Amino acid sequence: MSSKPDIEGTYVFGIEDNRRGYALNKLCSTFTSAENRQLFLGDEASYCDKFDLSPEQRSAILERDWVKMLDLGGSIFYIFKLAQLDKKSVQYLGGIFTGMSTEEFIAELKAGGRHFG
Amino acid sequence: MAEIIWGLATSHVPSIGAAMDNAKTHDEYWSPLFEGYQPARDWMAQHTPDVVLVIYNDHANAIDLDLMPTFAIGTASHFPVADEGWGPRPVPPVLGHPELATHIVESLVDDEFDITVANQLQVDHGLTVPLSVYTPEPGDSWPCPVIPVLVNVLQYPQPTAKRCYALGQAIGRAIASYPENIKVAIFGTGGMSHQLSGERAGLINESFDHMFLDKIQTDPEELTRITREEYIREAGSEGIELIMWLVMRGAMNPVITRIAETYHVPASNTAAALALFENSENPS
Ligand SMILES: [Fe+2]
Repeated sequence: MSSKPDIEGTYVFGIEDNRRGYALNKLCSTFTSAENRQLFLGDEASYCDKFDLSPEQRSAILERDWVKMLDLGGSIFYIFKLAQLDKKSVQYLGGIFTGMSTEEFIAELKAGGRHFG
Repeated sequence: MAEIIWGLATSHVPSIGAAMDNAKTHDEYWSPLFEGYQPARDWMAQHTPDVVLVIYNDHANAIDLDLMPTFAIGTASHFPVADEGWGPRPVPPVLGHPELATHIVESLVDDEFDITVANQLQVDHGLTVPLSVYTPEPGDSWPCPVIPVLVNVLQYPQPTAKRCYALGQAIGRAIASYPENIKVAIFGTGGMSHQLSGERAGLINESFDHMFLDKIQTDPEELTRITREEYIREAGSEGIELIMWLVMRGAMNPVITRIAETYHVPASNTAAALALFENSENPS
């Protein structure tokens, strides 16, 4: 049994997630090269074929299902590189994760952030 | 003998770097943060170190999922600025200090702190944004060599807060035993409270942040007793970066002087802070 904490509303990326999400995160890690970014944008599906993605991971990437990517072992720091390719900000992602529009999410942050517990 | 002259604790949010790179620091959104930096920047400009140690974490750039060192030190003579997925930041290349870095590694391992050695390392915003906080307009080169000290905060289990503090103490002993008379500054980076993903995305915890900002000077031992779970619960899944401030604190004297401090919400999705400490009881 892992001692990894279980905290509501929070992804704690651990070793098991690394194993599960490996191909998905690995694909995103290649976006640190301009050449790979162009290759991906040119033909997303065949770029995905180069990685050992599960069918769910593959469709999550192609459909930009950001929550699904996290659920399938994605790490926010890798997934964010894909979001940046789409010119989407962390505030855009924050809105998706919390069911808000980007503008609402930004407004909550400007008002002091979201408080819990 | 080498000596630590001051320590800077600072957030390393990428958008703080982007605000400087895109000349947005006078915008309504950013100016409170950058105005808050000014007293610290003025003081640091009057107290220049010969070398800087930056305690930071990589964000899926130089370190990938294949190999995740808990702690590592960059011993190279230079560190290229990483392309994180949108091109490298337009900042000067980072030069290292191989002699001091090698000495620190040898001293740490003799001290039974088994550190990973990075002979090649691209540095990301975790390191370059704090350098920009220190030196907003570096021109063609940063003011001094830099030694990167990496901490794993991305993948559980992160090191405990207590271990980070102990690493800092060992780094302090290593620097004190370096034979050359040089002045060293140490940066603890990351934080404060923030969470990027999940339903708690956008989390900010001002009271935790203020407690931490206070105790990092006056009672760091108490901060070492906070569990990883508590850091994540209170400061968010990315707020656990605060454990890196304890490496800086551990390297400094038991009593230090607060020179400047600023706290601002938000810097994109993060509570951003700066705290500058002189490494002595009597401020110069
Ligand atoms: Fe970070």
